[in-house]
Amino acid sequence: MSDRSELIAVGKPFSFDAERDAEFERLITRYPIRESMIMPALWLVQEQDGWICAEAISYIAERIGTYPAKVFELATFYTMYHLKPVGRHHICVCRTLSCYLRDKQEIVDYLAEEIGIRPGQVSEDGKFSLEEVECLGHCGTAPVVQLDGEFHEAMDAKKLKALLATLD
Amino acid sequence: MEVKLLSARFDIKDAHLLEVAKAHGAYETLDKLFTMTPVQVMEEVKNSGLRGRGGAGFPTGVKWSFLPKNLDKPVYLAVNSDESEPATFKDRYILVKDPHMMIEGIIICCYAIGCHDAYIYIRGEYTSQVKILQKAVDEAYAAGYLGAAVGGKDFRLDVTVHRGAGAYICGEETALLESIEGKKGQPRSKPPFPAVVGLYDCPTIINNVQSIASLPFILANGADAYRVYGTEKSPGTHLFGISGHVEKPGMYELPLGQPLLEVIDKVAGGVWKGRKLKGIIPGGSSTPVLTPEEAKTVTLDYESMAAHKTMFGSGGIVVLDETVDIVKLVENLISFYHHESCGQCTPCREGLGWMLKIVKKLLAGDGGREDIDLLVELCDNIEMKTVCVLSAACTMPVRSYLNKFRHEFEAYAAEKASAKPDLREE
Ligand SMILES: Cc1cc2nc3c(=O)[nH]c(=O)nc-3n(C[C@H](O)[C@H](O)[C@H](O)COP(=O)(O)O)c2cc1C
Ligand code: SF4
Ligand code: FES
Repeated sequence: MSDRSELIAVGKPFSFDAERDAEFERLITRYPIRESMIMPALWLVQEQDGWICAEAISYIAERIGTYPAKVFELATFYTMYHLKPVGRHHICVCRTLSCYLRDKQEIVDYLAEEIGIRPGQVSEDGKFSLEEVECLGHCGTAPVVQLDGEFHEAMDAKKLKALLATLD
Repeated sequence: MEVKLLSARFDIKDAHLLEVAKAHGAYETLDKLFTMTPVQVMEEVKNSGLRGRGGAGFPTGVKWSFLPKNLDKPVYLAVNSDESEPATFKDRYILVKDPHMMIEGIIICCYAIGCHDAYIYIRGEYTSQVKILQKAVDEAYAAGYLGAAVGGKDFRLDVTVHRGAGAYICGEETALLESIEGKKGQPRSKPPFPAVVGLYDCPTIINNVQSIASLPFILANGADAYRVYGTEKSPGTHLFGISGHVEKPGMYELPLGQPLLEVIDKVAGGVWKGRKLKGIIPGGSSTPVLTPEEAKTVTLDYESMAAHKTMFGSGGIVVLDETVDIVKLVENLISFYHHESCGQCTPCREGLGWMLKIVKKLLAGDGGREDIDLLVELCDNIEMKTVCVLSAACTMPVRSYLNKFRHEFEAYAAEKASAKPDLREE
């Protein structure tokens, strides 16, 4: 999400669950240097917790044998890593060229007016978070929305409303 | 006009699964591959005239031949699946509809260049796609097409899927390598070129997904069969992505060299809603725009695009109808590049921000004609003064809009001669 300047500590240590631990050990054999595991490890943390806390940054640094600052640097450079909690449902709306031409604004306006949420925000009940993102590689079926990782193509406000109604 | 070379298995249900792909010919080239020498494979690819489909169109076989001979270091292959150029969505079809075609291509490439460790760099946003790809890789390992003895032969090949995490710049080949090395995606100065000093300081080939996926057809049928399609200098077929204001946007495989306007009309159903054409972006957001008049003589190949002072790019064609506000479109484009600048060169990091500020000022009705000149001046001061061409990927199209649609910028320029924008804040 938009603010990427600070890490949030949750006050308890982080560690991978058994499944992620196994995946970490499998992947680390694939790279000749351990630093190559920073990005995959950040993904594993985000898969497990939904976001990346300060303790997880230290944990990764320790497992890889590098400085926490190095892990933090990558977590801030790459915008898909969430450094604070997102909503239960995370909505990404493409704002770029082809989606812009096919009225992505209708979708953004709908979310602002009906759900009361603007890009970069988490709704008060914690149900939704919204991000405007750059081209999502689905330009032929613009405009596109990515909801919890799944792509929804040729969207408009009406379809989005129906889609969001199915969520708890 | 459409042909099905690369997309032959796209319409077959579940062709992303090994069993189905195999029933329809996947991995059949491997027997032939191992009867050939690596040099013979490289020659076949050179003769096919295949050009890199990542945007620059560099001949694939020639690129491979730049690898130093008699090495004491490993050679790496990085398959570029970052696909982040706005209006580009072709590689995704290969990744999800026929990943085994790409894996087969990786095997062919690695055999030719003597590589035993390949990485597929896939953009982080492709969440469901990466699962399909990883499953295909796992299936290929289980079936013995990857691993210690590829196809039962004395050839080891490991393929690792590496996920990006939301940075367009990682599509630039040296930024991609930095990213795999566990660094920020900041491009390197060239030379040295990656073929000499690449991933982990070793010789490295970077190829686009579609370039790699074109290899099985070439190896199976020979260079001449590939050259049946396309033109002398731009042979073969391409997966074109057509988006924007057309009736039937989508991905279409066409031989290179087709007339642009005919493709828009016959393949993509023409400009939507019966509206008039205003312009065409021929190959992704980074390519200079064509006016309807210019478009009349353009064919979809590298030479014709260059002759019309634009680029073939990624084959992502965007149609603009008469209602498009060019200045707002340019604002949208500059925002993209400004946001995606990796930040290491001042002209790119700051300059694109200044350009954005000036366009916003024009849109707000606070700009004057001198601001339009200032935009051109900024383009002059940014281009060719940076480590990579991301900055030029912004200034080149912006220049084309300024040249070809200047009246629209002027319409926004306030009558009054206003002061130059204050660039100090922000
Ligand atoms: C800013 C920038 C972004 C790029 N993005 C991509 C991309 O997403 N996919 C890609 O294949 N090539 C991309 N390229 C081109 C690569 O640098 C490289 O030329 C290409 O992957 C080489 O493969 P090819 O020879 O098979 O085309 C990009 C280049 C630049 C400068
Ligand atoms: S031109 Fe821009 S993106 Fe490229 S290296 Fe420089 S700052 Fe980074
Ligand atoms: S421009 Fe929206 S998906 Fe490409």
